[in-house]
Amino acid sequence: MSLGRRSAALFAVAALLLSGCGGGGDGGGDGGGNQAGGAETTTIEWWHIQNIEPMLPVWDAMAREYEKAHPNVKINITPIENEAFKAKLTTVTQSGEAPDLFQTWGGGVLDQQVQAGLVKDLTADVAAWPSPLLPLAVQPYQIGGKTYGVPYDIGMVGFWYNKALFAKAGIDEPPATWAEFLDDVKALKDAGITPIALAGNAKWPGHYYWAYLAMRVGGLEALKQAAETKSFENPDFVAAGQQLKQLVDLQPFQTGFLGAAYETPDGQAAAVGNGKAAMELMGQWAPTVQRDAAKDLGDDLGFFPFPAVEGGKGTATEAFGGGGGFAVGADAPPATVDFLKYITSVENQRRSVETGAFLPVVQGAEDAIKDARAKVVAENLAGATGFQLYLDQAYPPAVGQQVNDSVAELIAGSKTAEQVTADITQTAKSE
Amino acid sequence: MDTMTRLDGATEPREAGRRAGDRPARRFRLRAWATIAAFLLPALVLFCLLVVAPILLALYASLFKWNGFGVLPTDFIGLDNFTRLFEDEIFLGDLWRGLLLIVLSVGVQLPLALGIALLLNQPMRGRAVYRLLFFAPYVVSEVIAAVLFTMVFSPEQGLANRILTAIGLEGLTSTWLADPSTVMYTLFIVMTWKYFGFYMIIFLAGRQAIPSEVTEAAAIDGANTWQIFRHVTLPLLGPTIRIGVFLSVIGTIQLFDLVWVLTGGGPIHTSETLAVTMFQYGFARYQVGYASAISVVMFIISLVFALGYQRWVMRRDIEGAITGMKDHR
Repeated sequence: MSLGRRSAALFAVAALLLSGCGGGGDGGGDGGGNQAGGAETTTIEWWHIQNIEPMLPVWDAMAREYEKAHPNVKINITPIENEAFKAKLTTVTQSGEAPDLFQTWGGGVLDQQVQAGLVKDLTADVAAWPSPLLPLAVQPYQIGGKTYGVPYDIGMVGFWYNKALFAKAGIDEPPATWAEFLDDVKALKDAGITPIALAGNAKWPGHYYWAYLAMRVGGLEALKQAAETKSFENPDFVAAGQQLKQLVDLQPFQTGFLGAAYETPDGQAAAVGNGKAAMELMGQWAPTVQRDAAKDLGDDLGFFPFPAVEGGKGTATEAFGGGGGFAVGADAPPATVDFLKYITSVENQRRSVETGAFLPVVQGAEDAIKDARAKVVAENLAGATGFQLYLDQAYPPAVGQQVNDSVAELIAGSKTAEQVTADITQTAKSE
Repeated sequence: MDTMTRLDGATEPREAGRRAGDRPARRFRLRAWATIAAFLLPALVLFCLLVVAPILLALYASLFKWNGFGVLPTDFIGLDNFTRLFEDEIFLGDLWRGLLLIVLSVGVQLPLALGIALLLNQPMRGRAVYRLLFFAPYVVSEVIAAVLFTMVFSPEQGLANRILTAIGLEGLTSTWLADPSTVMYTLFIVMTWKYFGFYMIIFLAGRQAIPSEVTEAAAIDGANTWQIFRHVTLPLLGPTIRIGVFLSVIGTIQLFDLVWVLTGGGPIHTSETLAVTMFQYGFARYQVGYASAISVVMFIISLVFALGYQRWVMRRDIEGAITGMKDHR
């Protein structure tokens, strides 16, 4: 019967389609322990965010070297752009899987991944490694006394300023206190110079101001406590918001800063690189991005740590920043940890640091820093008496984003310092 | 829904009664159903897998507090996500902004597209070139268009401000996308640039389907240009305009990519749409349950609008189509 044959064929096609879908679905995450014939080949799925020069080829080379030394290991590299990585990882982890080796910033997101049982506890492995990691650099990846990630880069946020523009405004040395800082902003404005470039639309650069002020006024302990009690209703945080409001009221930012992005040709980094704005509060990567988006200021570009606030509980030597690290998926093959150890070795750290992209996270790689400006950051970091991870990484994602959103509203003038702490608290309580 | 009940006319009581004892016909009918089922099955399975299942999953997830990790959510909170929505300033703002964009699209963009379509229907030199030029923006990808306009509306180096300054209109220069009070209108300018060509083309097609005898007859009867437009062209364009409004409204409710690249929803949420807010909650805040609730509301709004609009506004147009099908059976 022709009809029967036809429908049978259709069923077959449908079945093929379905099995095709099913087969494609679980190809992404696992990848571990494929047994091919007699020889066991292990495949490591590696997702990193160094999708551009200079680190893309360096990590590629390290993977190939490791494969050569271990013929039974194959490393599949997926380089993904920063924001795309976050979205892609979220999608994959929803299926309960994680890549074998993947980018992490530690803090709140890593904590959620740990709770979901997606990442491996690396405490014992890391303790046995020959090249000791800097305690400061490992801190963001330690949760409840256990280590769930290994850093490859560490840095801090501070003011990057244009020495020539500061001289033009008659400022001899960088400010040491918030009051001096505000005076300098006024002096720059009086000299017809835009004092600060800010990427208002990106939000995270704005949160640096509030976070640093909160650290200087309330101290590191206050921020830690806020995370534990889920309450940011602390008069010190309100005071920090008011200090920020004082700065905003001086109108120190470039025209249209509320819509500005960070790394576009008319964004924050470019404004400083082009000499249109005198400074920006940014991490250790600022010179690189300025060079990419506009041009390199060379020796005119200086760095000073965030000033102290008079009468505050924090000191000017406490650093705020973060880095990048790797977490290992819960079901990853054992070779993954060994490979991680390989790329974190002193020799390979030196190779990475020499590109100028990273600052060292293992002892003994400091002298590989070539760039004078990177050295300044490394020195400040080495002398730091305390360390706070970026708030949008340290706290659970929803709280971190709320900090960014609320501070952006404070800077735009639509929320008060009190509303900022109230909104963050409300989000923290609901988590 | 209408189509379904009409298509299986055989089960309607009056026909069923007439054919109850008709055995060969019944067997034939049964076999026909088997054929239909066999042909429908692959598409139906894919449809269920790719359309129905995600909708049901979103509905399910919207009842949970879930950060998206793990296979399925466990922390059931009932309708809390939905009650939270109606206290969420950003979400309520999204509704207002969506309404504003719909009003502007239907009130400004579509009439503009109609006007240009009618102009380009006139015999003139280089008509094809104009048609191509006006349609071109629609072919450009949303992301490219958005990147282009972030440059055009850049406050300091942007083309828009430079042109305004060059022609002596410094007073009209603005920070465009960077100012909470102008960002929505700037967004609308970009939307219009991007999409009016599409509506122009469908209006043009609709206009060309109107036989010239009708307008000529009106002209002979002494109707002036406005009267011909108002009483002949416009009513005959009715079905085209109604589908244009429908596509425009649905498209605006779901607007995402253009806004995402242009402003990311900023500054301070003043250009966020429902879809952008959903993405922010889902992928930046990892509140997948809450984001699902937003997507469910988006779905309901679109569905209610689509069904209501088809039922009340496009009724005549659709009935025509179905009657036609019945005749062909």
